[in-house]
Amino acid sequence: MATKSLLARKKLMAKAEEQLKYLSNGIFKEELPTFKHQLEKINDFPLKPKTLEILQLNLGYMCNQVCEHCHVDAGPDRKEIMTKKTMQQCLEVIKTTKAHTLDLTGGAPEMNPNFRWFVEEASKLGVKDFIVRSNLTIIRANKKYHDLPEFFKKHNVHIVSSMPHWTKGKTDKQRGSGVFDKSIKALQDLNAIGYGLPDSHLQLDLVYNPSGAFLPSNQEALEQDFKKALKDDFGIEFNSLFTITNLPISRYLDYLIASDNYEDYMYKLVDAYNPAAVKNVMCRNTLSISWDGWLYDCDFNQMLEMRVDSPVQHIKDYNEELLQDRSICVSQHCYGCTAGAGSSCQGSVV
Amino acid sequence: MADSYYDPKDLRKFPKITDWSQDLGDKFFDYYGKVFEKGALSEREKSLIALAVSHVVKCPYCIDAYTQDGLQRGITKEEMMEAVHTGAAIESGATLVHATQMMKKYDKLSH
Repeated sequence: MATKSLLARKKLMAKAEEQLKYLSNGIFKEELPTFKHQLEKINDFPLKPKTLEILQLNLGYMCNQVCEHCHVDAGPDRKEIMTKKTMQQCLEVIKTTKAHTLDLTGGAPEMNPNFRWFVEEASKLGVKDFIVRSNLTIIRANKKYHDLPEFFKKHNVHIVSSMPHWTKGKTDKQRGSGVFDKSIKALQDLNAIGYGLPDSHLQLDLVYNPSGAFLPSNQEALEQDFKKALKDDFGIEFNSLFTITNLPISRYLDYLIASDNYEDYMYKLVDAYNPAAVKNVMCRNTLSISWDGWLYDCDFNQMLEMRVDSPVQHIKDYNEELLQDRSICVSQHCYGCTAGAGSSCQGSVV
Repeated sequence: MADSYYDPKDLRKFPKITDWSQDLGDKFFDYYGKVFEKGALSEREKSLIALAVSHVVKCPYCIDAYTQDGLQRGITKEEMMEAVHTGAAIESGATLVHATQMMKKYDKLSH
């Protein structure tokens, strides 16, 4: 398993333009319909936003893990971190936005040196649902993070954490050696202070994304399997499981190509294309803000450097009304959000 | 012309069998879909049965399909291999149980 990002290894797929080129050529020149073509068939091109519900802030690409599937290409060697100045600009937007959910992601957002300050300030602004996407192992990574569960509780943070499987082997293969044991310990710590328990208001959700070149199965059935296995084996409880399809970008795209699975995977996504999922794709109710303040339709478009198609492109110029009038940028990676029951940061959408 | 009897890409063409016999093809796929719905058995249990049978009937398309289906459902490789052994045990048992016929015939024809 790699210990450095694609960027540090100077791999071709570290470059957004190379990824987009790869996704637009080959089978999409000759055999398969483009995503734009699918939208045209259902009169949904250009794709337009619906009511804005979620502001997703990427606090930086630095992470204590180097997961095989990571669409951010995050890792300890990534130095892109949101500054306090950009955070202040975000706080100004949070004060006036119509979005009811604030969603902090990374990398490991907790590794941003101003993370706690930002959570304290943002939690004063009356956000209805305040999400932190925590990889769990960060809580056990270093003494300075051991009190994070109490910090999250104090600010009523809704925790969403990745857990690829309920077995050690599959989890460690995707996320690195030792990740399973640390994640289990972190989940037990969170349960101990009330997170994820049936009668508690402290929300703890898990995210499942497949550890390989296949699509996720039914979210409800997988949730039942996860709940039973984690409860029986470790006494762990959680609220909901979100299934997320791996999108063919960054490290996952690199893996698909290297393992000769790219074409089969794209066929699977196109075969599983579900027009009903287009209605609820997350780019229609979300805005993604990068570590350096640029605006995107989603976190995936952020990694592909596809900025919003709007006169307003940076948080310093934020204008919700103008942004809501934009057309959403799409490419073939979007098939990942419309396969089967659909996929989003909140799980399936159909 | 393909130089192999089996081409993994042909699995995607499976629905096209209805082109030459719409009524029977539709009836088959309706039945197939219904069988794999959750019933007295879970979809997960049915997937493992299908994987075992795929090996017994030695269908490479089915093995591809139900290995992938199992992965999607979170079925572990240990569970998959046990399912295949279950199928193999029945298949080899079906061969070996015929040895009783051999033994009976042998004894009848021998002093």
